[in-house]
Amino acid sequence: MAGTAVLRRLKWRTARVLDLHDETATARTIRLAVRDWPGHIAGQHVDVRLTAPDGYTAVRSYSIASTPNPDGPIEITVERLPNGEVSPYLTMELMVGDELELRGPIGGWFVWRNDQREPIQLIAGGSGIVPLMSMIRSRVLANSAVQFRLLYSVRNPGSIFYRSELEAVSATPRSIVVDYAFTRVVPKDWSRPAGRIDQNLIASTTWPANIEATYYVCGPSDFVENIADMLSRAGNRRDRIKTERFGATGGRK
Amino acid sequence: MAIVSRGFSGRRSAEDTNLPPGQYLTTSFPVLSAGPTPHISLDKWEFEISDGAKSLKRFDWKTFRELPSEAINVDLHCVTRWSKLGTSWQGVSLDVLLAGLETESAYVMFYSYGDYSTNIPIRDVLNHQAWIAFKYDGTELAPEHGGPARLLVPHLYLWKSAKWVRGMRLMQHDKAGFWENLGYHMYGDPWREQRYSDD
Repeated sequence: MAGTAVLRRLKWRTARVLDLHDETATARTIRLAVRDWPGHIAGQHVDVRLTAPDGYTAVRSYSIASTPNPDGPIEITVERLPNGEVSPYLTMELMVGDELELRGPIGGWFVWRNDQREPIQLIAGGSGIVPLMSMIRSRVLANSAVQFRLLYSVRNPGSIFYRSELEAVSATPRSIVVDYAFTRVVPKDWSRPAGRIDQNLIASTTWPANIEATYYVCGPSDFVENIADMLSRAGNRRDRIKTERFGATGGRK
Repeated sequence: MAIVSRGFSGRRSAEDTNLPPGQYLTTSFPVLSAGPTPHISLDKWEFEISDGAKSLKRFDWKTFRELPSEAINVDLHCVTRWSKLGTSWQGVSLDVLLAGLETESAYVMFYSYGDYSTNIPIRDVLNHQAWIAFKYDGTELAPEHGGPARLLVPHLYLWKSAKWVRGMRLMQHDKAGFWENLGYHMYGDPWREQRYSDD
């Protein structure tokens, strides 16, 4: 699997903003038409480059949220970081019709290919949902019957990305099982108190180890560290647990 | 011709100008790994040097820790664009580990508990450029940062500094390790911004 990575030259491409919409109060989805986009695999990311009038540049990586559709536009969802340099611009300044530069797709490890047949367990913390959403959308696009489960940890009901789409994919036949963990505020009539994902929730909302699922865990560094540890202790093979860590770059001075 | 981003000025700081291109400064110590953190007990730990066919040297934790070690103060540069300056470590130099071995191999593959691997030219791990580190900031190296012991090759991007290192294999020819096989650069010099395979 690892050997099939795409090793093509990563050149900077021009991307034009086609559409913007807010996922939450702090996150925005950006739809981009990318010239000569070579296509991607669910889970990969892009580098986005902003250039100031005097030539200063800043580059950050963002996961692709959209399906692997080589002809179509791509979407990224950007969470605004309070002291960020690039994310405030992308979530507040950027307008439809603007152009920016990106290169990719990047990453051949944290990916789901639509010819994978084993059950899949996705576990997201906050904006870690983005590459997992690309996997969910890929499964839908491929009309795949592979068993998917998602456990999605958010602070409160208002911080859920792609909410109506997740409702839709969990309500159809051969559907994806979606569970939430609310760490701060739970919805009305929710059966569990607010809290982080623990070993009990792992046991009740994710595949048992004997299913031999592949796990994709994405979120803040501490979140991923804890979840991966719990999955190991639950008896899952280490090589079945793939991790991607976000937003751990700490305070920019 | 670069596209100027209307209304973007950036938040550059004077400190960033001393960093490799495309890096920014952080004061935290982010963790980046492809899978769960392995927990290796010291009585099972070993470090082996081989030429691919036979074992040349082997250390257990006790014999490893009896080797002369030194304090290391270095800057770290991660391919995910953060840099952290002035980190302090304690470790055994690769010069000490390789002492007495004669080899014509030009490359080394380091490999880890948890099946990670990374390739480095042998000249880059000699002459006080690389260590097997077992302490960070005065305390035993935490598992999430690569403990009990990790490779430290600070002049290359940090993915080359393999966590949970378990051994090194001398090679005649260069061969891609884990990330190098997934599109990252074979050498990984931050000052030449060698992030991806063709950079």
